[in-house]
Amino acid sequence: MSYSFDWSSIPGALPYLWHGARITLEITALAILVGIVWGTVLAVMRLSGHALLAAFAALYVNLFRSVPLLMVILWFFLIVPAALRALFGEGMPDIRLTSAFVAFSLFEAAYYAEIMRAGIQSVPKGQLSSALALGLTRGQAMRLVVLPQAFRNMTPLLLTQAIILFQDTSLVYVIGLADFFGAAYKVGDRDGRIVELLMFAGAAYFVVCFAASLAVRRLHSRVASP
Amino acid sequence: MGGYHWNWGVFFQQVPSGGATYLDWFVQGVEWTLLVSAAGWAIALALGALLGVLRTVPSRALRGFAAAYVELFRNIPLLVQLFLWYFVVPELLPKALGDAIKGSPPLAQQFVAATLCLGLFTAARVCEQVRAGIESIARGQRAAGLALGLTLPQTYRFVLLPMAFRIILPPLTSEALNIIKNSSVVSTIGLIELSRQAQQLVDYSAQPYEAFIAVTIAYLVINAVVMYAMRWLEHRTRIPGYLVAAK
Amino acid sequence: MKTARIAFALLASLGLVAAAHAQELTGTLKKIKDTGTITLAVRESSIPFSYYDNQQNTIGYSYDIALQIVDAVKKDLGLAQLAVKRIPVTPANRIQLIQNGTVDLECGSTTNNTARQKQVDFSDTIFIIGTRLLVNRSSGIKDFADLAGKNVVTTAGTTSEEILRKMNEEKKMGMHLISAKDHGESFLTLQSGRAVAFMMDDALLYGERAKARNPSDWIVVGTPQSKEAYGCMLRKGDAPFKKLADATIARIETSGEAAKLYHKWFQSPIPPKGLNLDFPMSEDVVELYTHPNDKAFQ
Repeated sequence: MSYSFDWSSIPGALPYLWHGARITLEITALAILVGIVWGTVLAVMRLSGHALLAAFAALYVNLFRSVPLLMVILWFFLIVPAALRALFGEGMPDIRLTSAFVAFSLFEAAYYAEIMRAGIQSVPKGQLSSALALGLTRGQAMRLVVLPQAFRNMTPLLLTQAIILFQDTSLVYVIGLADFFGAAYKVGDRDGRIVELLMFAGAAYFVVCFAASLAVRRLHSRVASP
Repeated sequence: MGGYHWNWGVFFQQVPSGGATYLDWFVQGVEWTLLVSAAGWAIALALGALLGVLRTVPSRALRGFAAAYVELFRNIPLLVQLFLWYFVVPELLPKALGDAIKGSPPLAQQFVAATLCLGLFTAARVCEQVRAGIESIARGQRAAGLALGLTLPQTYRFVLLPMAFRIILPPLTSEALNIIKNSSVVSTIGLIELSRQAQQLVDYSAQPYEAFIAVTIAYLVINAVVMYAMRWLEHRTRIPGYLVAAK
Repeated sequence: MKTARIAFALLASLGLVAAAHAQELTGTLKKIKDTGTITLAVRESSIPFSYYDNQQNTIGYSYDIALQIVDAVKKDLGLAQLAVKRIPVTPANRIQLIQNGTVDLECGSTTNNTARQKQVDFSDTIFIIGTRLLVNRSSGIKDFADLAGKNVVTTAGTTSEEILRKMNEEKKMGMHLISAKDHGESFLTLQSGRAVAFMMDDALLYGERAKARNPSDWIVVGTPQSKEAYGCMLRKGDAPFKKLADATIARIETSGEAAKLYHKWFQSPIPPKGLNLDFPMSEDVVELYTHPNDKAFQ
């Protein structure tokens, strides 16, 4: 091995890397939140029995699941900003962050919709009919009886998807956003230490994601046991 | 879109450096996407099957190794893995070998790094499917195979794997679709596949909407074709009396 | 008759002047006034034109000029406060981001040529470069002819990329071209041994060289393949904003301020490593500073 390592540029860059990590976490958190809410709405639409709503939800989910995330991010960065500007006004903080938020939220919703659909279907049909028999409206039955159980059943899958999402945020690299990975790359590029910074970033992602997936597994076995 | 000048004819115009049309560029993008995905998928299937078997064998060490592989490749983002293969690995190899790699034609370097990265990444996911498939087969089948005098490898080869692969065809389909989508990430090391071609078309032709719409449709079409092909395969290889388990 | 005509012309022009004053602000200037914000496109590694220092602040020759234009805009619109937003762009997306309104002004290292003028407008020229090669001193490469059959890197979306592709096509040189995302990545590709030469604008090559661990290992060689004029990019057809930018640049160039900027960025130690690019002022730049203009060479 001919390469001589020099890790000296990492300590000084830690504040900048931490700033990047916060952007990673912000995108992840917002996309999980919006993705689950919008995904649940889509799943309910798909199972609603209403032909038009079901078709829309199916089209949405299949469209987003057929296109690479990277393309979606580029769409929202290069092509959609005019529309975004109309929605959020001129005073947007940073178009890259906004377009990343929107792209990830809408994209993840398609994946969460499929998880929630499976979740809703996992709740025995009898539950819904007995709730209706008790005099609840369809909406109430969905909200109070079916969805809570669907969420509980799907929690491990929702969390696993969140870990995947956390990893996928690194793709904002393509729009020049300095998330954790982008920051590491920029520091490595600036100091001519790309090898060290990439290894550092890989190790950091591994530690976080491995710990998270162990936690999800433990939760899963606890949920699954009763 | 007021003011935008739609021009789908742009695909038949010559590119600035000459010798090709924008349509040629687009087709090249499709070809690279398919090539990288297919090569990566071959690696993923072969390695994934092997690792999936290792996860179910009696040997603790082999099971541990396969499990460690899965954790390692599943918990690092694909983009980071790709950069590690492309930028880091050649630096860590013996100098002569590293220099030979870096001196080879760039397209070859990009293709090898991309294929290896996609293949090894997807293998971890295929492995988990194969393991689930093997574990879903009744234990009696393994015992029966061994009782018939087959060795353990023979039991896997003739009894367990043929069953397992048929059972896991549906999740494998989604992994195949995933590798095609994931192949867009290799654009970041300069391989001009479909998604990178979208950006290059925008940059050179100044017709962003046409370029992005065409590339997006290309992904949808590829997706649909692979899905139907796999469904056909599913239908062909269906195990009689095993419908419920296959679901 | 003649006096009547002159009188009419005078009246007409008076009317025009009055109309111009009464006219509502349009385009970028209106947007800036309405939002109280101007968005500048900046580069991450166009040394020494527009790049990040160690604290990730944007600095550079073109960035200094951009800030002067910002000041002029602020004065012209009579604003007490003008917020400046910075968005990093790459050669491959900068034109698109000007067009779709994400950024208002891009002063970096963008060549003004007639092909790009179909998509965007350019201000008066701020710099003139030649496209050449950066190679390792020990590589023995002296000119473009030596590149046949070799790996050559350039930055995606630049004029150099077009020139290299064309050269490869026409002269059947069998070069393997690598298109990197930005100049930093191009230089990384060269330094790591993946390419034997990096083709780019000479001033930028001097800038990248300054980042190297041993700058003296790297030299700029080769016959310039093109002479190119850098301008600031603005949205197409926005005459009032262009006029303001042009006037600002012309003032800087003729007043001697530009010469001072040149000295600051090309002939003095610059961040991040305190290296002096030692890039002598070319005849073309001297001529530009005396006669500011917005002409493209291609």
